[in-house]
Amino acid sequence: MTQLTPDQVRHIAKLARLRLSEEEVAKFSTELTSILQYVDKLGEVDTEGVEATAQVTGLTNGFRADEIRSDLAPPDALLATSPLPITDHQIQTPSAHG
Amino acid sequence: MLHSLTIAQAHEKLRKKEVSATELLQACIDRVEKTDGTINAVVHRNFEGALIEAKKIDAAGTFDSPLSGIPYLAKDVFCEAGVPTTACSNMLREKDYIPPFDSTTTKRLKAAGAISFGKANTDEFTMGASTETSCFGVTKNPWDTTRVAGGSSGGSAAAVAADESLFALGTDTGGSIRQPASFCGCTGIKVTYGRTSRFGVMSMASSLDTIGTLAKTVEDAALVLQAIAGKDPLDATTGDAPVPDYRAALSKGVKGLKIGLPKEYFIDGMSEDVEKAVRAAAKTFEKMGATIVDVSLPYSPYAIATYYVLCPSEVSSNMARYDGVRYGHTVPKPESLIDYYERVRSEGFGPEVKRRIMIGTYALSAGYYDAYYRKAQKIRTLIKRDFEQAFGQMDVLLAPVAPTPAFTIGAHTNDPVQMYLEDIFTAPINLSGIPGLAIPCGFSKSVTPSGVEELPIGMQLLGPHFREDLLFQVGHAFQEETEWHVQKPSL
Repeated sequence: MTQLTPDQVRHIAKLARLRLSEEEVAKFSTELTSILQYVDKLGEVDTEGVEATAQVTGLTNGFRADEIRSDLAPPDALLATSPLPITDHQIQTPSAHG
Repeated sequence: MLHSLTIAQAHEKLRKKEVSATELLQACIDRVEKTDGTINAVVHRNFEGALIEAKKIDAAGTFDSPLSGIPYLAKDVFCEAGVPTTACSNMLREKDYIPPFDSTTTKRLKAAGAISFGKANTDEFTMGASTETSCFGVTKNPWDTTRVAGGSSGGSAAAVAADESLFALGTDTGGSIRQPASFCGCTGIKVTYGRTSRFGVMSMASSLDTIGTLAKTVEDAALVLQAIAGKDPLDATTGDAPVPDYRAALSKGVKGLKIGLPKEYFIDGMSEDVEKAVRAAAKTFEKMGATIVDVSLPYSPYAIATYYVLCPSEVSSNMARYDGVRYGHTVPKPESLIDYYERVRSEGFGPEVKRRIMIGTYALSAGYYDAYYRKAQKIRTLIKRDFEQAFGQMDVLLAPVAPTPAFTIGAHTNDPVQMYLEDIFTAPINLSGIPGLAIPCGFSKSVTPSGVEELPIGMQLLGPHFREDLLFQVGHAFQEETEWHVQKPSL
């Protein structure tokens, strides 16, 4: 049976860019364990030789020209929804280098 | 009582100039003002903008399109230029996200003359089966305000059931149109994957998400789908299949059709009233000239486990875009970019969104991908094959939408697995990509201290890929024969 420890929960949270409180770590350890234990029943199914389905209606890759178009929304209107400062039509983010 | 008209009835009155689009819209606005304090279905009101649109339509005076001058609400995940769209999440609510562009669906509705006058409540980013995870609070069931309206399109369903709106757009990823339709006693169409465009609708699980509508009748649902269905160059997953004339299909009846009852959808622990109502509907179809046959979909018991691997995996990927850079919540004085991301996301997302992101991140992480995601995708193939085999022998399938009528607010709050099991009869349909039409088929009656309480029960008709026309045909025939769909809650 799958069992998630608080350390594993902290590790998953880090991968998901979430910061959890200690209460959340405890709560998620229990809840995620119960969900994963329910999901463990997938192991009962023999899937030997079965193809995976990613697209249900049978479409394969759909290609289109890589055209830049601004008729749907002007670039500055898209930038305007950012909560961060805009400099030279670019969003100024916190430093990636700490 | 203009607000209680169906689209088809309202269109006749508009065309004959018996009422104006402005009067019809004002009636819906008045109804929202009167009832929404009780049910909490509408989270953003765009009444002024809508009234301007209605005046323009009245000035033009042409009501050729069946949707011209018809007011509607969109679930709070459909982007509309200039209108707040917040997915009922604190992530987008603090500084209301106001999209600079339109979703294809709302754009097509606008071209058909329909008037959007607000946004309907939903579970946060559509994740839930009860609308309880909305940052604006739960939507209450118009039939009993101590119960949920269902979810995630609970606001859309409650608004239509309460006659606040003639129709309302919803999304269905695991049952989010059909289950609230069933709980509130309205009609809801979940389309074939790719029948409608997802462009401009906030994604939850991209291989499962579909765009559809909640309405008062099958005929109305057909009219709406006619306007929004079809290929969209902006959504590469929309299908090439031609869009049939849905209205023409309505009058064909059910004589000679074979309707299958899947035995895995009548299980221990489900409400007796639900089982009785759906079996009674099968009898009605039999009287109308259809043949009822028992069928089996043997992989059904694995659908929820499959769904709750695939859906959260795709959620964890789709939710990555909410990082406080291009839109949404922000925090002051970050120490670094990582610190910024973590604080923005931890404050912005609610518990159910975090839960799904965590499950998905785990399922997709190194060493677990084959055991979870790939395994679930293979079982998805088996579930899809079940339906293909059934449709080799049957025209459509008939099943309950949910194992119970609407449950009490708070009933599943501390048990996510119980909440996930709400999708037991609806999620397999999304996994196989087929269409499903939910329609009212009875009431569950119980005696309470305050009198006899009635809660709506819904059934779903299921058909092969891109055969929404067949579902409308069968559903409309049922509504011609019965009166479940015209019952209204007293509010």
